[in-house]
Amino acid sequence: MNLGSATYWRRHLIDRVVRWLCVLGTLVALVPLASVLYYVVVRGVGGLNLEFFTELPKPVGESGGGMGNAVVGTLKLVGLACLFGIPPGILAGVYLAEFGHSQFARLVRFSADVMSGVPSITVGLFVYSLVVVTTKHFSALAGGIALAILMLPMVTRTTEELLKLVPESLREAALGLGVPKWRATLRIMLRTAAPGIAVGIMLAVARVAGETAPLLFTAFNNRFWSSGVDEPTASLSVNIYTNAVSPYEDWHRQAWAAALVLLLTVLVLNVSARFLVRNRVRVR
Amino acid sequence: MTVRSDVSLSRPRSKLQLALGREANLGDLAFRRITALFAGAMIVLLVWMAVEMAMASKLSFAAFGLGFITSTDWDPVREQFGGLPFVFGTIVSSLVALLIAVPISLGIAIYLSELAHPRLRTPMGFLVELLAAVPSVVYGLWGVFALAPWLRETVEPLLAKTLGFLPFFQGPQRGFGMLAGGIILAIMITPTISSVSREVMRAVPAALREGAIGLGATRWEVVRVAVLPYAKSGLVGATILGLGRALGETMAITMVIGNRAEISASLFAPSYTMASVIANEFTEATGQLYLSALAEVGLLLFAVTVVLNIFARLLVWRVGKLPEGGQL
Repeated sequence: MNLGSATYWRRHLIDRVVRWLCVLGTLVALVPLASVLYYVVVRGVGGLNLEFFTELPKPVGESGGGMGNAVVGTLKLVGLACLFGIPPGILAGVYLAEFGHSQFARLVRFSADVMSGVPSITVGLFVYSLVVVTTKHFSALAGGIALAILMLPMVTRTTEELLKLVPESLREAALGLGVPKWRATLRIMLRTAAPGIAVGIMLAVARVAGETAPLLFTAFNNRFWSSGVDEPTASLSVNIYTNAVSPYEDWHRQAWAAALVLLLTVLVLNVSARFLVRNRVRVR
Repeated sequence: MTVRSDVSLSRPRSKLQLALGREANLGDLAFRRITALFAGAMIVLLVWMAVEMAMASKLSFAAFGLGFITSTDWDPVREQFGGLPFVFGTIVSSLVALLIAVPISLGIAIYLSELAHPRLRTPMGFLVELLAAVPSVVYGLWGVFALAPWLRETVEPLLAKTLGFLPFFQGPQRGFGMLAGGIILAIMITPTISSVSREVMRAVPAALREGAIGLGATRWEVVRVAVLPYAKSGLVGATILGLGRALGETMAITMVIGNRAEISASLFAPSYTMASVIANEFTEATGQLYLSALAEVGLLLFAVTVVLNIFARLLVWRVGKLPEGGQL
């Protein structure tokens, strides 16, 4: 190779340029992340106090007040989503991991993947015509079901992936002791995979906690406390939306505070998930 | 303890044996059936969603037929509903997003899979994935109070001054509009495209890279001649997955795109997407036909994203090394 040739230098110049472009692209992608974090922290921290978590929103014109109802509402909605989404998701995931070679299983896997790509707003439409039209009113129940449908494919695929990571020798040992296959799966395999699955579920929760679109016409919103699961329910995410598009300065401040709470929750869940398991678990 | 003779490790038992087997097998049978039931629920749910939305949009389909997607007339007062402005807004905003996100995502994927120091790969990859963790509505809030003003005061005047002769960069500069929508979508789909691309590139056999290095290729040439050609269909799949996400994205874009059912060549002009019109008007819609028209928009959106997803996943699987549907 002639090190002095023009071709050599041109090739290496191109190499250098492209490599810098790749680094630049990565940095450019991180600018919005930094900017979002900066804005949310700087603007949100002022509105964050005890009142935010305990008080109801004040009517327009009065300053102060909080989003206690939305904090409780979000917790309620996510709780319902876990209740409806996790057990079926885990069972479906167990099926895919244990009996996953049939044509049927392949179709299930495919459906789960496709479902995770369905726009969340259409899930809201579906639950609206299914639950809200039937019961004739918006409710936390409907919101919880909508979020559960979004969680379902994530939980299923995480459970499957993690069960497949459990060494087969554990199962063989259990079977060798005379344990029936189903008990070996539940008591040995699933239990071994449980920490990883829990982390996967944490990530799924982090994702649905910030969902807004499917709640707009299922849980709707509420300016007051809602009792039980049968009333329209406020959530942080829907409130960020309604406050942000409102013309009131006070409401904007509340929206930033709510965004800070939501973002902190989501980030804490994501970062701790990262540190809890070395195995790469990802919500899909 | 009794020794069981019915446990075989190597040979799977036949269906008949399973069905007629003893107690333990009965438990296994029930276990299999029950888990299969929940697995099957996934398919049922997907089909059910399609059917439910088709039912809901029947009224609108009967009234407007296929003209629904070619008419630009969206007037709830006169009960005239045409979805073309929303289809236009959705497609154009997604294309703008792809135009920005694809080169950047490819850069990220190449950097993270081929160039970055091994110690940097994990933390940088994590940061990029955090972009996907930020809730859509928080992006929307940021878009309203940070992105849109910045576009209005800095970016749009600059674009108008330098590229103003193009029809895309003309008209009043509001900040809220197609450009803001496209940019915010680009931010949100970048982690999707880059992480799938990265997985696809990781699946390229090492021997191909080694061969190129052996021939004296530079790092970029390794990527260009060995990695990219092998990963091509997977990269297209990654892009289409990103497109699917962009089409269905609702909150952030609703908050910044301006929400006006108009078709304009200018990227500065306000627009409206399919997801946005549902989010904005569904709870306020009065009249069965109005609701049904919105449901038809939803059905259209659902159908398009499902088809795109199926297509994209087939492409990504073709790269081979990935487990079926694995780690997207």
